[in-house]
Amino acid sequence: MTESNDIPIRLTLNKSLKSVFCKPTETLLSLLRDGFGLTGSKRGCNQGLCGACTVLIDGKPMRSCLTIAATCNGRDVVTVEGLLENGKLSTMQQALVDSGGVQCGFCTPGVAIALTSLLREDPKPDRTKIREALSGHLCRCSGYIKIVDAAEAAAEKAGS
Amino acid sequence: MTQEFSAVGLSSARRDSSEKAGGAAKFADDYSVPGMLYGAILGSPIASGRIKSIDLTEAKTVPGVVSILTADDLPDRRVGSFIKDEVTLARGYVRFVGEPVAAVAAETKEAADLAAQLIIVDFEDLPSVCSLDEALAEDAPLVHPGQDDYVRTSETPTNGNIFWSASILEGNPDAVWDSCDVIVEDTYETPGQYHAYMEPCSALAEPDLAGRITVRSTAQSIFYIQGRISDELDIPMSNIRCVAPKIGGGFGGKNGVSVQPIAVALARASGRPVKITLSRSQDMEMLRSRHPTRIRMRTGAKKDGTLVAREAELWFDAGAYTDESPAVLSFGMLCSRGPYNCPNISVKGHAVYTNKLKAGSFRGFGNPQATFASESQLDALAVKLNMDPIELRRKNAMKAGDHWLGGQTVDSCAMTQCLDALDERLKEEVSALPPAEEGWQRGVGVSGLSHISGLMGTSAFVNLRADGTVALQTGVVDIGQGSDTVLPQICAETLRLPLESIAYAAQDTDSSPYNWKTAASRITYTAGRAVMQATVEMRERILRDAADMLECSKDDLELDIGGTVRVVGADRKVSFREIAARAFNRVGGPIVGQHAFAFDGPRFDPKRAAMSNFAFDNLGVYVFGAVGVVVDVDTVTGKTIVQKVWSAHDIGRAINPQSVEGQVQGAVVQGVGYALLEELVWENGRLTNPSFMDYKIPDGMDAPSEITVMLIEEAPEATGPFGAKGIGEAPIVGVAPAIANAVFNATGARLTRIPMTSERVLNGILSL
Repeated sequence: MTESNDIPIRLTLNKSLKSVFCKPTETLLSLLRDGFGLTGSKRGCNQGLCGACTVLIDGKPMRSCLTIAATCNGRDVVTVEGLLENGKLSTMQQALVDSGGVQCGFCTPGVAIALTSLLREDPKPDRTKIREALSGHLCRCSGYIKIVDAAEAAAEKAGS
Repeated sequence: MTQEFSAVGLSSARRDSSEKAGGAAKFADDYSVPGMLYGAILGSPIASGRIKSIDLTEAKTVPGVVSILTADDLPDRRVGSFIKDEVTLARGYVRFVGEPVAAVAAETKEAADLAAQLIIVDFEDLPSVCSLDEALAEDAPLVHPGQDDYVRTSETPTNGNIFWSASILEGNPDAVWDSCDVIVEDTYETPGQYHAYMEPCSALAEPDLAGRITVRSTAQSIFYIQGRISDELDIPMSNIRCVAPKIGGGFGGKNGVSVQPIAVALARASGRPVKITLSRSQDMEMLRSRHPTRIRMRTGAKKDGTLVAREAELWFDAGAYTDESPAVLSFGMLCSRGPYNCPNISVKGHAVYTNKLKAGSFRGFGNPQATFASESQLDALAVKLNMDPIELRRKNAMKAGDHWLGGQTVDSCAMTQCLDALDERLKEEVSALPPAEEGWQRGVGVSGLSHISGLMGTSAFVNLRADGTVALQTGVVDIGQGSDTVLPQICAETLRLPLESIAYAAQDTDSSPYNWKTAASRITYTAGRAVMQATVEMRERILRDAADMLECSKDDLELDIGGTVRVVGADRKVSFREIAARAFNRVGGPIVGQHAFAFDGPRFDPKRAAMSNFAFDNLGVYVFGAVGVVVDVDTVTGKTIVQKVWSAHDIGRAINPQSVEGQVQGAVVQGVGYALLEELVWENGRLTNPSFMDYKIPDGMDAPSEITVMLIEEAPEATGPFGAKGIGEAPIVGVAPAIANAVFNATGARLTRIPMTSERVLNGILSL
C-alpha cells in the first residue's frame, strides 16, 4: 500500500538492485526488516547506541536505525546476510563461529559488519585497533575477548 | 575404557553460531505472521497513585486500532510465586513509573503507539517511597497498604514496607566478639543494575480457531511462561503452547514474565496474532533490575587470621512487587559467609517495597551484593592483620566435607586450588605488565567467590534413530549460554558418539520434557544429569540388544567411539545402526531413554543452624573460585581502568572449555560494569537513565583487554555429568570487591559503595 508522499528509491541491496517506495520517516532498519524481511540486522535500542543494526552503506559501517531509508537512493547497502559468500559464511563470520565469539548472537550481525569493514581498511589490525572498531558495538555476553580473537584469526587467515 | 573422549572436553563451536553469524537465526521480534497486529503498552507516568478513571474514547478513534484492554477486561487475579501481589494490568492503583496500565493492538506499530498515548488516565497522586531510606522511615507511606490480605506461600512477618524478613544463626557471635583480635565493620551500598540483554523483550501470540494460542517470546523458560499465562489469564495450560525462539541474552532478566500475558490477552480479544516488542527505554522502565541493597556487616578474627565471628544485616530494595525477592534475599543471606569457615555468624535480611520497578533475579541472585560486603571486609581484615590477602582467604577457605552456611555438606570443593592458581599467576604476571602511565596509581585486588549450581526439576528424552544417530529432547531454553551445544555433548559422550550424531530439538511445551528455568547456573549440572541418565538408560538397552546379537554377556561389551559395540578383546562387533534396525522392526521396539528428577541435594541442617523464613529448603551443589584484578587509577580524576583480570573457577569438569571461557569473560565484564559504571538512578520516582546513552554498560574499550580464565578441574562433582558443575553466575560474584580492593591497594581509599565512578573514587582519595 503506497501513499502519496511515499518516496520511490532504488538501491543495491546485497548485490541485487531493488526499487521500493518508502515513507519519509522510515528508517533503513525498518525497511530492511519489515520491507525486505532481512531480519539479520537487529533492533537493540533504535537509538544508534548498541550497534546491532549496523550495515555497510557504500562500504562504510552505518547505523541503519539512524539512517532514513529514503537517503539510500542510489547507494549500495550490505547487511549481515549479504556477507555470505556463495551461501557460506565469510572468513570473518566463520572466525566468529570458530573463536567462540558468538554467544546469544544478537550483537553478532553488527559485529560481523564492523569487523568486515575494519579488515578491509586495515588487514592487520592490532588488538587495540580491533577494540576501537568494536567500541560502538555493545555485547553483554562475551566480554569482547573472543570477538577480538575472531578478528585476529580472520586477519591471519585472510593474510595467509 | 580409554581416556579418549568423543565429545566432552572438546571446544566444539556453538551449534547455533553459524546461523547467528549469518543473520539467519530468528529471535522473537524476527517473526511476523499473516494478519499480525502490533501491540503497545501504556505505562504509568507516576510512581504512586489511584486510578480514578480511564477514558478510551480518543484512543479508539485512531485508524487501525483493533483492541484496547484495561484491567477491567481481564480476570480479577493477583499472582506471584511467593506473595500474590501482581496483576497483569494495573487494577485501581499504580505503584511505579512504567507499570502497565492499558494495552492496545492495532494494524501498525505507529497506530498502536499513538492510541496508547491517547488513553487518558485520571490519577489521584499518592505519596511514594523511592529509596530504602524513604521506605523504612517512620510513618512512611505504604506501597501495598493491603499487603496483609495477600496470599503468601509462607507466613513471614511484615513491618511497614518490609514484606519479608528472614534470619539465620550459627554459633553465638555475641559471645565471642571480645575474643577477637581484630574487628572490621562497615556499611555497603550496591546499585540497581539493568540486565541489558541486547534483545529487548518481545512476544508474539497467535490464537487458532480451536481456542489454543501459541506464544513465541523472550523467556528463560517456556514452561514457567506457560504456567504464568495460565495463572494470570485463567486459561488451561493445555490451550497454551510456548515455543522458544533464539533468545538474545537473559542474565535473569527474562526469568519471569514480561509482555507475554498482555500479548495473549490482546490476541484473544482481537482474534488475531499480536506481537509486542518493547523499546529499549520501556524495557528498562517496565521490567526488572538487580536489587539495590544496603548491607551492614561486622567481622572478627584472631591474630593469625582465623575468622571467629560475623554479623550482617541486609536490606534489599525490591521495587513495587514481590517477584522473586524472597528467594534473592534468602540466597544473598546464605552467601553472606562466602566460601569460608566461620563458626559464629548471624545474618538478618529484609526485603522492602518501594515505588520503583521490580527487582528480580539477575546473574548472582543476591550473591554479588553479599560478596561485595564480605570480600571488602576480608581485605580490610588482611590490611589490619598485615597479612597477604590470598593467605587470609586460604587460611579460612572451605574444603570438601565442610558445611555451607545453613548446614548442608559441601561434597566437591576446589577453593584452595583456585586461590593457589590465582596466587601463582599474580606472582608471575603482575610485575611483567607494562607500568602504569604517569599520574596513575596501580593496585592489585583479589576476591574469593562461591555460588551454587542446581535446584528444581528437569527431564530429558533420547531416542535412537534407524541409522544409529540420536535425537535428544529437553525443555531447556538456550539464552546464549550454550546449552544447545553442551547438552548434546553430554549425550554424545555417554554413547561415545561425535557431537554431529546428536540432533537436538527446539523447545516447545507441546513436546519437550519439562524443565524449570535456565537459571541458578543449573543447566549443565541439573539438565546435564537428566540428559546423561536418559542416555545411560538408552545405552543399557543398546548393550542388552548387542549382547543378544553377539551372543555374549553384556558385561563383555564396550563402546567404541563412533557408534559401535565391541566384544572386549575380540574383533566381534555390531553397529548402532544394526541394533536400531533390528529393534525398530523386530525385537523390542524403538530404543529410547528418559530421565526425570528434582534436585536432590542436602537440606538445611537445623542442628547446625537456626533459620527462619527462608524461601527454599535446600540449595544446589557448590562452586568456588577466586578472582584477581590489576587496576590503574588516575589520581587527578579518579578514573579507574581495569587492566587485567585472572579468574579461577572450580568447574568440576568443563564440558566445552571454549564455551566456559566465554561465559566467564562475559560475566567478568558484566562485573566490571557493576563495579565501575552501571547504576539505575531514580529521581522523584522516575528512572532518569533508561537508555544506553545514559546507562553505560562496558564497551570494547571499557572492558579489560585481557581476562585470563583458569578452569580448575581438580574436584569433579560426583553427582554431575562427567563431574561438571555450573559456571553461569559464579564469575560475576567476586569482580566488584576485587576491583574495590584493588582501588584501595592503589590509593588507600576504601570504597564501600558501587559503582565506583570517577567522582566517588576521587572523593575517596580526597577524603584520605
